[in-house]
Amino acid sequence: MTSPTPPAITTTGLRKSYGDKVVLDGIDLAIAEGAIFALLGPNGAGKTTTVQILSTLINADGGHASILGRDLARETGAVRDLIGVTGQFSAVDNLLTGQENLNLMADLHHLNKAARRRRTSELLEQFDLTREANKPVSTYSGGMRRRLDLAMTLVGAPRVIFLDEPTTGLDPRSRRGMWHIIRDLAAGGVTIFLTTQYLEEADQLADHVAVLDHGHIVAQGTPDELKRLIPGGHVRLQFTDPDEFQFASQVFGTPVRDEEALAIQVPNDGSVRSLRALLDQLDRASVEVASLSVHLPDLDDVFLALTGQPNPERIAAP
Amino acid sequence: MTTLSLAVRDSNTMLRRNLLRMRRYPSLTFMLIGMPVIFLLLFVYVFGGTLGNGLGGTSGGRGAYANYVVPGILLMAVAGTAQGTALSIAMDMTEGIIARFRTMGIFRPSVLTGHVLGAVIQTMLGLVVVVAIALLVGFRPNANLIEWVAATGVLAMIAFALTWLSVALGLVAKSVETASNLPMPLTLLPFLGSGFVPTDSMPAAVRWFAEYQPFTPVMETLRGLLLGTGIGANAALAAAWCAAITAICFFWAKALYNR
Repeated sequence: MTSPTPPAITTTGLRKSYGDKVVLDGIDLAIAEGAIFALLGPNGAGKTTTVQILSTLINADGGHASILGRDLARETGAVRDLIGVTGQFSAVDNLLTGQENLNLMADLHHLNKAARRRRTSELLEQFDLTREANKPVSTYSGGMRRRLDLAMTLVGAPRVIFLDEPTTGLDPRSRRGMWHIIRDLAAGGVTIFLTTQYLEEADQLADHVAVLDHGHIVAQGTPDELKRLIPGGHVRLQFTDPDEFQFASQVFGTPVRDEEALAIQVPNDGSVRSLRALLDQLDRASVEVASLSVHLPDLDDVFLALTGQPNPERIAAP
Repeated sequence: MTTLSLAVRDSNTMLRRNLLRMRRYPSLTFMLIGMPVIFLLLFVYVFGGTLGNGLGGTSGGRGAYANYVVPGILLMAVAGTAQGTALSIAMDMTEGIIARFRTMGIFRPSVLTGHVLGAVIQTMLGLVVVVAIALLVGFRPNANLIEWVAATGVLAMIAFALTWLSVALGLVAKSVETASNLPMPLTLLPFLGSGFVPTDSMPAAVRWFAEYQPFTPVMETLRGLLLGTGIGANAALAAAWCAAITAICFFWAKALYNR
């Protein structure tokens, strides 16, 4: 190892299958301490399985993994003392209040009474839950529940935190709040390993991104590096007249055509300059376009570009 | 911190969690006590007059039957609470908080020991209520203090055994519905034993089962302690059954939880 301190998370050749189904097929990762790492992928790609293995919930079938230099298989207890996990399904006790949930965590971390009171009130304050602290969690909103969930993870002051789709199902305001919290944690030196289906989220938060598809890492790098792999966005031109549609198809060579909807897709990066150029081209050829819409690269495009396969989850959604 | 003190401390924390949950959700506890109480009233006031005469004692009648039926009703209450434990274990396992506990550096079985200790406390409190109602409807034990303590010990022993069984059943069940049904036959065992009528009145096959099933020696021991009937080998048999059930189900539950 060249660096003086071990990376926060390393994996080599991590494998896992359930019966015949191979979920992870040799995952190699190296994540620096204090970084925000995003594992990007559609549902079923193996994101949750990766988190479950790294957080000691299940065993890998093959390969090695270590957290802050501690081997996952041999030093499981030491690893558990270093990590915090907030899973996809809220890990809170619904019959207890927010305060009682935090107390439970403090007791399991063997904090004494004074430390417990200090730490829980700090966290309630930080996560904006002080007012609802003595209400049962079953009355909390989705965003509050997610915040409490993360607060419970932080009671033990973990140095590596796993967040499995931390913002899935949250409204835009709560999502932004969660991003803010995650950035603050990383600024405090905590290593964050998060999974997401949203390229935007990875773009906003992560220093390092890996794209997982069918159990393989198909690309990794900074969000900018990743975006350069994507051929860019496109403009969708919508027609009402079939003749115009045919004519426009000739003007633009052989664009992606949607015969049924009478629409074509023309590559375009969405900048004003390139849009103006496109409109000029339409004018010169006297093409009558009913409407146009600009599409910027998103996760679907990443998958199209990297795997040649659309992301079924996102395609299916309207 | 040594393993033992870690185990005690984490189990204690989990016990407090379960007691808190029971306090927040008391309707389950009341529901579980409700059934044996209804059977007690039914058997004392509806069937008791006739059944009591068939006991073959000197006095007979409703009063004699109230005395006879209470050990069976107590076991029914223990079995009923076990059903509730299986349910709450299965419910707990479907929630994300168990995944959290599994990734923490805590004494792993504390999740289960917390449930077990909580359930035994719940059972014992339920039994206090059932015994109080039994006293109101004509139960007249002649036990002294030591016999009461011994009877409490016997009940705690069977409660402990059945709780571990129900923990295993709650873990093995694929759904919460299955979990609440699996321990159901336990509540019927007092009928197929010496709980409601003496076994010698039963046909051969049923009688054979009734005399050799685990609830019968427990009920006979309780009857002996509380009412002064003969105990004989039943106390040792009861202890052996409870120890065996506890040991087997403890390892079964542990294996299920760690899978």
